Amino acid sequence: MSTLRRNPLRALGGARQTPGFGDAGRVVPASGITSLLTGITSAVMAFLAVFALALSLSSGQLAQRWSATLSQSATLRISAPPSEIGAQTAAVLEILRTTPGITSTRVLDQDEQRALLEPWFGPDLPIESLALPRLIEIIESAGGFDAVGLRLRLASEAPGAVLDDHTRWRRPLVQAAASLRALAWFSVALIGVMMAAMITLAAGFSLAANAPVIRVLRLVGARDAFIARAFTRRFAIRALIGAALGTGLGMLAFAILPVAGESGFLTGLGFHGAGWLTPLAIPVLAALIAWAATRTAAMRVLRRES
Amino acid sequence: MIRLANVAHDYGGRALLTGIDLHIAPGAFHFLTGPSGAGKSTLLKLCYGELRPVQGEIELFGQSLRGMSRDALADMRRRIGVIHQDCQFLDHLTLAENVALPFVATGRPVPQTDLRELLAWVGLAGQAESLPPTLSGGERQRAALARAVIMSPEVVLADEPTGNVDAEMSQRLLSLLVELNRMGTAVMIATHDLALIRNAKAQVSARVLRIQDRTLQSAGADL
Repeated sequence: MSTLRRNPLRALGGARQTPGFGDAGRVVPASGITSLLTGITSAVMAFLAVFALALSLSSGQLAQRWSATLSQSATLRISAPPSEIGAQTAAVLEILRTTPGITSTRVLDQDEQRALLEPWFGPDLPIESLALPRLIEIIESAGGFDAVGLRLRLASEAPGAVLDDHTRWRRPLVQAAASLRALAWFSVALIGVMMAAMITLAAGFSLAANAPVIRVLRLVGARDAFIARAFTRRFAIRALIGAALGTGLGMLAFAILPVAGESGFLTGLGFHGAGWLTPLAIPVLAALIAWAATRTAAMRVLRRES
Repeated sequence: MIRLANVAHDYGGRALLTGIDLHIAPGAFHFLTGPSGAGKSTLLKLCYGELRPVQGEIELFGQSLRGMSRDALADMRRRIGVIHQDCQFLDHLTLAENVALPFVATGRPVPQTDLRELLAWVGLAGQAESLPPTLSGGERQRAALARAVIMSPEVVLADEPTGNVDAEMSQRLLSLLVELNRMGTAVMIATHDLALIRNAKAQVSARVLRIQDRTLQSAGADL
């Protein structure tokens, strides 16, 4: 008899019950293909989400790095007639000394200026005979200084001094990195939407295939929430398992990804330190998305039924 | 307990029932008869709220069906046991699990002793672990009866419970329903099996209602 084959314990005791008797999770029969496809979809989406997440974290770090390295220093240029330049330099240095947020200042000497100009004018430039502006390098403290205030003071006391705090150069780079990060987050969101759509379709199929089960459950007094739960639990668990696998594979891919070069954009791509914890949120989110999508689909079907 | 007042129902504009007045009182025993397609099943479905009337008022245990929420209606099903014509089991669960389904579906622990006693009462103790598709028609009908009464409902509605079983088995089912009625449960059986009705009248004071020309009539005298 087939029932004997299903549960060998019955052959011994006769009155023994099926394991999991009365378990509300068993009221909906398992369907192989739907659960497999839900699992695979979740795994693939999670794998892609790991990459999008890595890109967003890395571009965020890149933006931070760029803005940090460039904002730690500033340059001051003094253009003045040769007779006044000495006095103005002294005045500027005095102003800088009394400006809070500046760690050190250094006047570039002629050799350094020559080295800066060499790529354009060659090594034999008679730099002494040119009325070159004087350059002062400013190293900021971590807190930075008040560039606007400094400019005002300079304008009144050393009209030939021009402050360049590198914001001009930094802004487009930081903006590029920020938009890259926004794009990556948008991709993560899109993956979430796509997963919700796929699970809604799978849940719709499952609900349609189990219409007789739903009818029986209504007949014996099950509330909508109970019926929906029988489906949401199943889809959430499948999505959780699938997404956990996909996330694991994605993280593994980053762990063994060859590092390209010492510096540059690709070096930063991946997870660092505590960043490795962020992809762990993907399976949890996937389960939540699956739960919400299935519940919405189930409630819609149930309400339409009567 | 269940009261229908001037109820009408139709399917897509084709009138099936009109001006139905019905009251199922506690402890009553009703037969509902009439030709096939007369609307017996429809009337039963109206009585347990699966269908909503096009016209008229239905009251379940003092509450109007109109405006009753889906949850309230679901809760009402615990007080109304229904035996469907085609039983409607979950084929992947064992017989015992199917009979215990009203408890599982309402999130309550299954009273194992009651379940065993109930299965013994309908003579299915040996088949508790069988899957519904492996059961005979009579066994399925008795299992449906067990599932309908496991929550101790106040009324049992049965739609052609003896439709697919032989005379001996329908006798057995009837005596189970009569026994239930003696314990205080109201019973309404939709059937076109006149022999069943005659047998029942010997055991219990049953009222016979007939659906004719879309209305409900008393048909006690001619049987």
